Amino acid sequence: MSQIFHRSTNTLSRATIFGAVFIVAALGGVAYIVQGSPFVTYAGVRKPQPVPFSHQHHVAGLGIDCRYCHTSVETSSFAGIPPTKTCMNCHSQIWTNAQLLEPVRASYRSGESLQWTRVNQLPDFVYFNHSIHVTKGVGCNTCHGPVDQMPLMYQQESLQMEWCLGCHRDPGKNLRPRDQVFNMRYQQPSSARPVSVDGQEYTDQGALGAALVKKHKVRSVMDITTCSTCHR
Amino acid sequence: MSEQYKSSTELERAPVIEPGHTFGTVTEKISAIVLTRPATNGWFIGFGIAFMMTMMLLFALGYLFLKGTGIWGVTIPIGWGFAIVNFVWWIGIGHAGTLISAILLLLRQTWRNSINRFAEAMTLFAVAAAGVFPAVHVGRPWLAYWLFPYPNTMRVWPQFRSPLMWDVFAVSTYATISALFWFTGLIPDFATLRDRSEKRWIKMVYGMLSFGWRGSARHWHRYETMYLLLAGLATPLVLSVHTVVSFDFAVGIVPGWHTTIFPPYFVAGAIYSGFAMVLMLAIPIRKIYGLEDFITERHLQNSAKVMLATGLIVAYGYGIEAFMGWYGGDPYDAFTLWNRLHGPYAFWYWSLLSCNIFIPQVLWIRKLRTNPIALFFVSLVVLVGMWLERFIIVVVSLHRDFLNSSWGMYYPTRWDYMTYFGTIGMFLAAMFLFLRFLPAISIFEMRTLLPEAEVKE
Repeated sequence: MSQIFHRSTNTLSRATIFGAVFIVAALGGVAYIVQGSPFVTYAGVRKPQPVPFSHQHHVAGLGIDCRYCHTSVETSSFAGIPPTKTCMNCHSQIWTNAQLLEPVRASYRSGESLQWTRVNQLPDFVYFNHSIHVTKGVGCNTCHGPVDQMPLMYQQESLQMEWCLGCHRDPGKNLRPRDQVFNMRYQQPSSARPVSVDGQEYTDQGALGAALVKKHKVRSVMDITTCSTCHR
Repeated sequence: MSEQYKSSTELERAPVIEPGHTFGTVTEKISAIVLTRPATNGWFIGFGIAFMMTMMLLFALGYLFLKGTGIWGVTIPIGWGFAIVNFVWWIGIGHAGTLISAILLLLRQTWRNSINRFAEAMTLFAVAAAGVFPAVHVGRPWLAYWLFPYPNTMRVWPQFRSPLMWDVFAVSTYATISALFWFTGLIPDFATLRDRSEKRWIKMVYGMLSFGWRGSARHWHRYETMYLLLAGLATPLVLSVHTVVSFDFAVGIVPGWHTTIFPPYFVAGAIYSGFAMVLMLAIPIRKIYGLEDFITERHLQNSAKVMLATGLIVAYGYGIEAFMGWYGGDPYDAFTLWNRLHGPYAFWYWSLLSCNIFIPQVLWIRKLRTNPIALFFVSLVVLVGMWLERFIIVVVSLHRDFLNSSWGMYYPTRWDYMTYFGTIGMFLAAMFLFLRFLPAISIFEMRTLLPEAEVKE
């Protein structure tokens, strides 16, 4: 009886069985990496805006506080996008003829809001509240990154659930005194530059975090990691 | 097989293979179904109907994906309707195949050799039909893969303390082992088909499936070892899978679910319905394909006896449930019992008792145990009864729970029925294809039963 298969089939079949394991594993790995990459999360992507507003210039250069524009960040779930009037407080006096600012003036004249492109966007099934985070001592740049060094705004973090849970499972590691929340140059305590709270000096984040969890009455990890904390 | 064993078992019973067969005739008869027998009109009509029912399933599922589970009759308080009833029913049916192929192999019940192949196929297709339901009843079926623990950007694992999670592992393990066991059993027969087929491309297909099997002594040695190991792996699954399925209910505190009798009584019920399905498949197959020589009266009798025994265990389970309802002193349990007997679904509870307990008692009569037509109908009754059992457990327990304000009724919609009958169609379509393309009876294991295979010492 003649052979049905060429003798190379032996090698070929062994190689495919062996290879399939690696191919399946590699596909899984690639899917996982793509899922966490900026391709999916848009972390670090500068999205086009109607006016190339520079946080670097306004925050680091001019020293404007976050809350001058994002007025509701301490009291509301939404930090707030400023109305055109906020821009015109200054720009009715300076750079009044700059071509770059024409959309702002047009908006002011017509009363139509500027259509900014949302940068830090959470899905609608997530309930997120700015005021609670600010009140408990989470700094702006903890989540938003070095905004004072961003000529064009981008999203610093992945905003994926693993990132949220990374803090919710151990909130102490990111807390700072309330008066430092809006300080973009705040540094975590070290022996060289201690942070003082209520007259006590702290030289490491572990001790400071534990003290602030107590002082700010941060709820237990179990409470802030239940599903319904964020998915209401 | 020792002489002593033979004399005690084979004296007054029908033989496993009718006398007069040789290696050649056995091989010829079984492989001819696949290789030389033309596909008849009957096959095409049967497969066509089953295929159309499968299409109906796809249609019902497609609409479900578009609209969501609102098209079903499920609502509060009955959040688990047909989907879970059908899931438990199908997964139970699969159990007989594993019992026949693994446990009976380890116990050296050689009569199993005639029915293990298609019983295993039945297991596989039943598990596939069962698998449809948990995947689509989750509401957002495209996220059903969240049931599996895998590294993800949510940094959360499934809830390992939930029996529903255990279910995922039990059923997926079961499906994997059943498929491996079935395929391993097929390898030498694939080689037989390869060697007996005429056309080159058919030779190539079966050749690839047989993994280059040459039937050398070393092949057989390794093969037997592996087959036994797989049987050893599959054996605990017969007991564990339906035990875990029963935990889905028993761990909940709903009266009618929260009992410790559930695991053994579920396993017995699974084997009960599984053997009923084996008989419902075996009886027409042996008739149509003229396999009465291989699937003899002995097989029908033995299956009927297993049904009788497991049916009595199930009856004991019902009895204990009723007894505990009365004896336990819990007013909610007592009400559940009363509600089953007299409530809005009382007709179905009495139907269940008739189908599962009263009618199958006719199997005590030897004449009926050996009558294929009677057995076919008793099996049908048992399958209906076992489906009703799951319906009673799921729906009747949920529709009257602790608070009167949350009482309700369950009204399945046409989509529920289409999905259910669609899975029956899928199961049958797979069975038709299996009969046409694979040896429905294990050729090499049948050969070992022949007198020629006796080794003279």
